[in-house]
Amino acid sequence: MIPVCRLDDLPAGESVRVDTAPPIAVFNADGELYAIDDTCTHQDASLSEGWLEGCLVECPLHAASFDLRAGRPTCLPARRAVRTHRVTVEDGVIHVHMAAEEGSAA
Amino acid sequence: MRTVTVVGASLSGLYAARELRAQGFDGRLVVVGDEPHRPYDRPPLSKDYLTGAPDEDPPDLTDDEEFSALDAEWILGVRAAGLDPPGRTVLLADGREVRTDGVVVATGASARGLPMPGGRLAGVHTLRTLDDARALRAELTSGPRRVVVGGGFIGSETASSCARLGHGVTVVEAAPLPLVAQLGPEMAAVCAGLHRRGGVELITGTGVAGLRGTGAGAVDGVELADGRLLPAEVVVVGIGAAPNTGWLAGSTLALRDGVLCDDGCVTALPEVVAVGDVARVGGTRAEHWTSATEQPRTAIRNLLAGHTAERLRPLPYFWSDQYGARIQFAGHRLPGDTVRVAEGTLTDGAPDATGFLALYEREGRTAAVLSIDRPRPFTRVRRELACAAGAVGAESTVRADAS
Repeated sequence: MIPVCRLDDLPAGESVRVDTAPPIAVFNADGELYAIDDTCTHQDASLSEGWLEGCLVECPLHAASFDLRAGRPTCLPARRAVRTHRVTVEDGVIHVHMAAEEGSAA
Repeated sequence: MRTVTVVGASLSGLYAARELRAQGFDGRLVVVGDEPHRPYDRPPLSKDYLTGAPDEDPPDLTDDEEFSALDAEWILGVRAAGLDPPGRTVLLADGREVRTDGVVVATGASARGLPMPGGRLAGVHTLRTLDDARALRAELTSGPRRVVVGGGFIGSETASSCARLGHGVTVVEAAPLPLVAQLGPEMAAVCAGLHRRGGVELITGTGVAGLRGTGAGAVDGVELADGRLLPAEVVVVGIGAAPNTGWLAGSTLALRDGVLCDDGCVTALPEVVAVGDVARVGGTRAEHWTSATEQPRTAIRNLLAGHTAERLRPLPYFWSDQYGARIQFAGHRLPGDTVRVAEGTLTDGAPDATGFLALYEREGRTAAVLSIDRPRPFTRVRRELACAAGAVGAESTVRADAS
């Protein structure tokens, strides 16, 4: 369980990158919190820097789009899912529960 | 239309094949590629692939699952030699003929070599294909000195990769600044600063007069037009690419630095469309990755419709990774645009670690945007520009999970 930041510090529409290995991106999508692997499965780009619209994040490099709920790509050029991670809020602090290294990719 | 032949098996050819199936074409699909490889992505070749492990897999664009789902006949390692529209036939270099109702021209471009003595010496490379990248990577172990001829995207990225490997690198650019034609003088000066920051010597405003070789036929130096001699064991030539239209001579298609087509990618023949680096679409031939992925949707729609039913209004976009900096550019720049740094700062013409965002402004409006390591504001401005221009082409019909 990795503390990320205070919930107050991640308002709706914002995202933050967590320097885990591999890095994780945490999003506040209109009040719902999601965490996915930060690196686009197509090429090296940080999804935490992507364009957030509803439950979709668009990669800032080649516009591949991922559904934050399951990690699945919704358009090319990405073809593989990113892993999703469970998010909880405890005492006003966002925590990420890293999925196991294997078997959790959607 | 019972058979469609896609000539070219790289990025735009693969996207064309995907679009054909996504748009409901269930006939015979033939894909012809002159390289023996399955479709792979070229941008990494001058970046991570060049500095990676020797046994690193090529950056595939597809996988087995999609490969079989596309249900195409792949003729790889064979060059197309001719197109005979009245006979509805694509002629292959090995003598075979493919009878076809529709044709997608996606033959791309070839790296230009130095048109001078010494251009074919051992140790002189161009970088366009996977085999080029493998050959160059294998030689990057020999000798300490590299000269990169041309400070464009390929040249700059290759220089950056060589510097990352610890080699001494000199970039020779004939123009006063690298990338000045693409970015204008202000931002080209920033790119010159990136070279310096990366420890690479940049020589501008002088051309190459010739290459000097050893008795054994290997290059050992580059002679500049101003008389200087730069010693080098490896020379990489990155002076642009020429569209692969030779095979279309005599086909009745209009050729002028590319295959001429309307802004729906349709040539003078409605059953022939062109996409990617080889296509001059509505007067512009853009050698951009994004163009190669956006054009096929419109091209295939028009091919299947039999006329130009849809037109592209693209917003040009390209990116480059150099010396740890990610440069992104979008929009239509014109000489005379005012360049304003809207976020971040430049110190002595170079960006700091947090990057910056620059706007190209004309008559009070933003015409283009460039950022270094500021992807979020860049995307915002890029989307605004696309909206304002009514840009069409960003959305693909193909879903990532379509297979």
